[in-house]
Amino acid sequence: MNFELLTQLIVNGLIVGLLYGVIGMCFVLVYKSTQIVNFAQGEFLLIGAWVCWASLIYLELPFFLGFLLSLVFMAGFGVLLQMIVLRPMIGEPIISVIMVTIGLSIFFQSLMKWIFGVSPQSYPKVFDTESISILGLNVEMAYLMSTVIALIIMVAFFLFFKHSKHGLAMRATAFDQQASQSLGVSVKHVFAMSWGIAATVSATAGIVLGMVNGVSDSLSIMGIKVFPAVILGGLDSIVGAIVGGLIIGVLENVAEFFDSQYLHIGNMYDIAPFYVLLIILWFKPYGLFGTQDIERI
Amino acid sequence: MSSLSMRPCGDFRTSYKQDNTIFETKTIRWVTIFTIIALCFAPLVVDGYFITLLIQISYLGIAALGLNILVGYTGQISLGHGAFFGFGAFASAWLNISFEIPVFICIPLAGFLTMGVGMMFGAPAARIKGLYLAIATLASQFIIEDFFARAEWFSGGAAGSMADPVNLFGFAFDTDESFYYIALFALVFMFIWGCNLMRSRDGRAFVAVRDHYLSAEIMGVKLNKYRLLSFGISSFYAGIGGALYAHYLGYVSAEGFTIMMSIQFLAMIIIGGLGSIKGTLMGVIFMVFLPEVLESGVGLMKMTDWGNIPMVIDGLAYIKEMAIGLVIIGFLIFEPEGLAHRWTQIKNYWKFYPFAY
Repeated sequence: MNFELLTQLIVNGLIVGLLYGVIGMCFVLVYKSTQIVNFAQGEFLLIGAWVCWASLIYLELPFFLGFLLSLVFMAGFGVLLQMIVLRPMIGEPIISVIMVTIGLSIFFQSLMKWIFGVSPQSYPKVFDTESISILGLNVEMAYLMSTVIALIIMVAFFLFFKHSKHGLAMRATAFDQQASQSLGVSVKHVFAMSWGIAATVSATAGIVLGMVNGVSDSLSIMGIKVFPAVILGGLDSIVGAIVGGLIIGVLENVAEFFDSQYLHIGNMYDIAPFYVLLIILWFKPYGLFGTQDIERI
Repeated sequence: MSSLSMRPCGDFRTSYKQDNTIFETKTIRWVTIFTIIALCFAPLVVDGYFITLLIQISYLGIAALGLNILVGYTGQISLGHGAFFGFGAFASAWLNISFEIPVFICIPLAGFLTMGVGMMFGAPAARIKGLYLAIATLASQFIIEDFFARAEWFSGGAAGSMADPVNLFGFAFDTDESFYYIALFALVFMFIWGCNLMRSRDGRAFVAVRDHYLSAEIMGVKLNKYRLLSFGISSFYAGIGGALYAHYLGYVSAEGFTIMMSIQFLAMIIIGGLGSIKGTLMGVIFMVFLPEVLESGVGLMKMTDWGNIPMVIDGLAYIKEMAIGLVIIGFLIFEPEGLAHRWTQIKNYWKFYPFAY
């Protein structure tokens, strides 16, 4: 057994898993505050990454300026999307809400393909060194940055929800929409804000991933791969999303390792999380950390 | 999802039997029968391209009706219908090649095989619902898709597998015109079956599970049984549709049955109207003709001076996809009850014409 490779894969899995956790957090945020499952999460990554790429290539901005510009753009984009498309869907059955976000996902995915083409594009170089070694493990600079950014985002989320007025409003809305509305929380603003935050944070993840692998429409697959992570943790638990993300990130790498060494089935990297998802749902229908619905007539 | 049937004045029902007829009024019955007879003569009148579209409507319509039974009538969500459609296609070709079963027996057999697979993947549905179910079926879509790519004995792997044309008493239905009759027969048969299912005890149980599953359970409807049965029936329809598709094209490859196909099936029933059999057909017709209309629209634009934009002409494939997304969003925002509802409203408008207020 090749332990060195295995540890390297596990470290990679943890790093990618943190990103899954970040995307999953946005997903849970939107679900908790607006009761909408966002199948267009992957497109947020995609659009953010392309906007950043365009601002670096066509406007020739320095990286951090382009980065900030795309974040501002995405915040506006998320709020607008919520106002135009998702506000009419409040109170509709689940299937309609799911289908609207799926429709958005198809629309933006093909729009991005149409505008930017299908071939992957890479960002201009940001770091001088490609990779550094920590404790004998090779870690790419971009991955290191992604870890730092992911941790910063998580801490920021924590502080925002714990200590800010808006965070409190969002938690109140998630807890009981009607009660918070009657106490003066603007539910409209909370909805718009949660979409704005989700879009911005996802775009950050998209840009980071784009720096590693180049920008192409395969980024939007991340929106689907995050489902196992989110379900594993339970749809309405932010901590669960992070834990689920880490588990899925490690799991797919370990599955890939065992497959390439012993089983030789192929394609395990992509498919293993879905098997785990089905098995988990069989035993725990609300995920590991999700709250169980209790229904009354 | 509710459908309010508006009947002409004086058309009263005095028994349950009358209330449960397939066709609401005599006119509807005669119009339907005449339409089917007229469709039988379609190959004599319209050109070959239109016939291929009608065949497409048939096999997609059968599969979409299955999905509507699951989503529209039972209230379960499935994002894996495209994979079941593909499974039916491969299963029929596989049965035909490996066991040399005649094709016209293979098609229903493929339906039953797909039903088994569908119930296997639908089994978690007995315990989970709503969003969790949506994502579980999404997982089954990817797992089945992966299975197609991997199981060479079943699907022929990357090369795909060949499917013979339907052969009945020595007559091969290998042209578009002759296959059209098979497709039309299957469509009419499956739709009548679907209508009858919804009039039966099981159909009413499905609707009860959809409307309020807790109340249904208290009233004695076995939830697990009906949820599973609904998955089975929906996969059966998908399998039949897929098998027809396979024997029509003569060749099945694994690339077609992606998540995009599942979404298109969902789009069809949403556009047509959830929980409406007539609406299913309307939605399928809409979705089959949408790309054709776009294509001819761009073709017309190309001929004028101002419309000859290379970006539009090169990006036609993307525009078609975007149109699907836009149509889904548009219908859900502006007409969430679908075309079937709009049709009823138009009919009522004319029925009450001068006094509609």
